[in-house]
Amino acid sequence: MSDALVIGVLALQGDVREHLIALAAADAVARPVRRPEELAEVDGLVVPGGESTTISKLAVLFGLMEPLRARVQAGMPVYGTCAGMIMLADKILDPRSGQETIGGIDMIVRRNAFGRQNESFEAAVDIAGIEDGPVEGVFIRAPWVESVGARAEVLAEHEGHIVAVRQGNALATSFHPELTGDHRVHALFVDMVRENRNPGAL
Amino acid sequence: MSSTLPHTTQPGSDTAPATGTARVKRGMAEQLKGGVIMDVVTPEQAKIAEDAGAVAVMALERVPADIRKDGGVARMSDPDMIEGIIDAVSIPVMAKSRIGHFVEAQVLQSLGVDYIDESEVLTPADEVNHSDKWAFTTPFVCGATNLGEALRRIAEGAAMIRSKGEAGTGNVVEAVRHLRQIKNEIARLRGYDNHELYAAAKELRAPYELVKEVAELGKLPVVLFSAGGVATPADAALMRQLGAEGVFVGSGIFKSGDPAKRAAAIVKATTFYDDPKIIADASRNLGEAMVGINCDTLPEAERYANRGW
Repeated sequence: MSDALVIGVLALQGDVREHLIALAAADAVARPVRRPEELAEVDGLVVPGGESTTISKLAVLFGLMEPLRARVQAGMPVYGTCAGMIMLADKILDPRSGQETIGGIDMIVRRNAFGRQNESFEAAVDIAGIEDGPVEGVFIRAPWVESVGARAEVLAEHEGHIVAVRQGNALATSFHPELTGDHRVHALFVDMVRENRNPGAL
Repeated sequence: MSSTLPHTTQPGSDTAPATGTARVKRGMAEQLKGGVIMDVVTPEQAKIAEDAGAVAVMALERVPADIRKDGGVARMSDPDMIEGIIDAVSIPVMAKSRIGHFVEAQVLQSLGVDYIDESEVLTPADEVNHSDKWAFTTPFVCGATNLGEALRRIAEGAAMIRSKGEAGTGNVVEAVRHLRQIKNEIARLRGYDNHELYAAAKELRAPYELVKEVAELGKLPVVLFSAGGVATPADAALMRQLGAEGVFVGSGIFKSGDPAKRAAAIVKATTFYDDPKIIADASRNLGEAMVGINCDTLPEAERYANRGW
């Protein structure tokens, strides 16, 4: 592999374009990933916002679910927003029948926990490890985390509910930094990918 | 569940959460990109659509092909029917109001639908004005046949645009015409200098600020889907290759021989729109497609795309 960090965005469905732009702004080479061979070429992966039932179904259908699990288990850095957070949860509280996840974070998520679209909202969120003030949290039919296991670290809460979590190389947020033009969370993730590829370089 | 949460503020937090912002409305449509939104008339159809991988369903009493056949005035659907579909699935549910019928839109918002389609498929209630969509918390999607129409709808508050096509025909020709028109007009704006953009705004009958924004972005400031006539996986892939960020499929699925299979096939072709092998596989043995109507034999008065101004 070349020196540049290559970060994929799972491009089965969802706001892929916004993540590609945010990653590029955070100095990574960003590319869409729809096939196992494309997954094999990236140093890290973003699982975007979208419909978790659709993304899950397409991942199984096109033979991506097992390769995704294998790479996440092997320590590939991964970041999920909203539907992506659901995909990274070891357990969904209320899955649709047959809905599978990649897993990677020992947490239980509740889908659409903050309500339907009329309840979607923006609010300032303080995230542990992100400096220079809170980020603008855009919550769209957003999930929250009901509970985390011992290995998962809670990075942010909103009104008593867990909305950002990290476990090792896996990061997840209920909200969508990719929609705000503030790339600090993506920069944190790019640092995670860099640290994973070149330990101690930071 | 916790529907009151976003409106409450914890002691000590300095900024209250804000609902119904442009970012939240437009951002919702961003989450639908690359997906298929399917017309459904019953909770059972809604479940079939969800199982097939739809990103959202459009709840309505009759699909456009039947509205065409039955004639008469087409209105907002029965609230019981919409609520039945909301309860049946976890994906977003959209519903249609008549053009300019802002009370139907108020009712749909009170029912908790996730998106309102101010739609030319229903009989217009106002032949001059569309609804003021800024006045709502629920986001709106509107149809357009060209860039000026799209920008007028966005100026009124639409958070998503779909090219109109000709609903209920199973014929993709108008969808192609309208999407090409919008894309061509955007491409033309890219070449204009600052002086020319004022004249372009006048010509497009659209606000200068929006015209300038499109010229800079090279795209609409909201998500652009395609609608009206998509009946096969290849139709869906065609619209995506032409630049649609996703597709609405109306009559094409539940007016066909094997809806579950066709729905799943259209979802696959929408994701892998640029991979002919996958589109070929998705197109095998789907059973009968909807019969379809040739648009050149359709009288002007029966063209839904002419509705809206």
